[in-house]
Amino acid sequence: MSVQTDSKELIAERAAKELFPSSVVNLGIGIPTLVAKYADLDKVYLHTENGMLGVKDIESEEEIDPSLVNAGKLPIGENIGASYFDSAESFAMIRGGHIDIAILGALQVDGQCNIANWAIPGQNILGVGGAMDLLAGVKKVIITTNHTDKKGKSKIVSSCTFPVSAVRKLDILITDLALFENQNNRLVVTELMPGVTLEEVKAKTEASFDVSDQLISHKEV
Amino acid sequence: MSKLMTAAEAIRKVKSGDTIMVGGFGLVGAPLSLIDQLTKEEVNNLTIISNNLGEPGKGLGMLLRQGKVKEAVGSYFTSNREVGENYNEGKINIRLMPQGTMAECIRAGGAGIGGYYTKTSVGTKLGEGKDVREIDGQMYVFEKALHANVSIIKAAKADTLGNLVYYKTARNFNPAMATAGDFVIAEVDEIVEAGELSPEEIVTPHLFVDAIVLSQYQLTRDGVVQTR
Repeated sequence: MSVQTDSKELIAERAAKELFPSSVVNLGIGIPTLVAKYADLDKVYLHTENGMLGVKDIESEEEIDPSLVNAGKLPIGENIGASYFDSAESFAMIRGGHIDIAILGALQVDGQCNIANWAIPGQNILGVGGAMDLLAGVKKVIITTNHTDKKGKSKIVSSCTFPVSAVRKLDILITDLALFENQNNRLVVTELMPGVTLEEVKAKTEASFDVSDQLISHKEV
Repeated sequence: MSKLMTAAEAIRKVKSGDTIMVGGFGLVGAPLSLIDQLTKEEVNNLTIISNNLGEPGKGLGMLLRQGKVKEAVGSYFTSNREVGENYNEGKINIRLMPQGTMAECIRAGGAGIGGYYTKTSVGTKLGEGKDVREIDGQMYVFEKALHANVSIIKAAKADTLGNLVYYKTARNFNPAMATAGDFVIAEVDEIVEAGELSPEEIVTPHLFVDAIVLSQYQLTRDGVVQTR
């Protein structure tokens, strides 16, 4: 497993701990999709915006049904108690505040807890999908992302230079280095990932942020 | 009068300059036989309302390659790089919409609603230039309903009256599009006699459907396979 894959799994595993019993959860594309395998699907109901509640992972190739996919067009399975509905009803659930948690990826987040996760300046804007609808309506937004991009540049910036996805801010940010909470629209680091020091987080974060009095640190790797 | 038709008979309803709604989320729930037939017709200047515009040279992507598309309305064109190329060359207009906004615009169009206010896209590039209104302390943007001259959709099964049932996540935009087109063509995998579907399981009642066409394609684990 590559280092990058490892960090994605680490983020997904940590994000799964934020899910509570009977919560209805929508998982975005990328790292968020990985959260499914760390979640207790007897207690958590996964929603996908293309029209299903009760998503589960498939365990083998034989289970693939080409007409059963998630929003990332990947094959999924049908959990006990699952239901299907059309796109308009699915987004009524999202916009209408019936989804408890959305776990989404991001291109950038900033020190004021803004989210940019749909467009890159200077490139054609050709896709938005359900990102804006989810941010407009879901009760709690958890952003999962690697702390830095492929060139090592911080994705946690002072102020988003990419177009924002909503006026809505993030509630929790989980990266491969740390977990931040939104406190009065300011990032507050509350937990360090295993083996990570606060100095490393500071060095790799462009945005200014606060440190919680109850900072959780796992020294062991 | 029977609603059962061949793809060629049904697609004759499409005229140059028409707005066409096309169901599907990628290939899942897309009316592949009807799209295929559309690529064989001498029509152009079409406005296509569909979540995606196929893949390069495939499905709606073939229609794009043939130069028949004037405007694409959808939420996610990233799966077909040729959309961007055509846009850069000024060959097509693109109207990008949040997926839920698009779905609701279609629903509104079919339900006799002129438009509606939504929280989605407020304060973003996609909300720029739109009428903004504060309702109970929250900001909303106005979105106008969408209509089509012809909707082409995919269902699993139809009865001879045109009642439709769907299969798993192949449902997606199809039921809403069935309500928002002046002429609605449903491509289905199976046609049964009226009375064979349970009234409880029917998702799209027959009054929305004008034509029923038997599908020639099946989506399998190995891709799209011609079955008829």
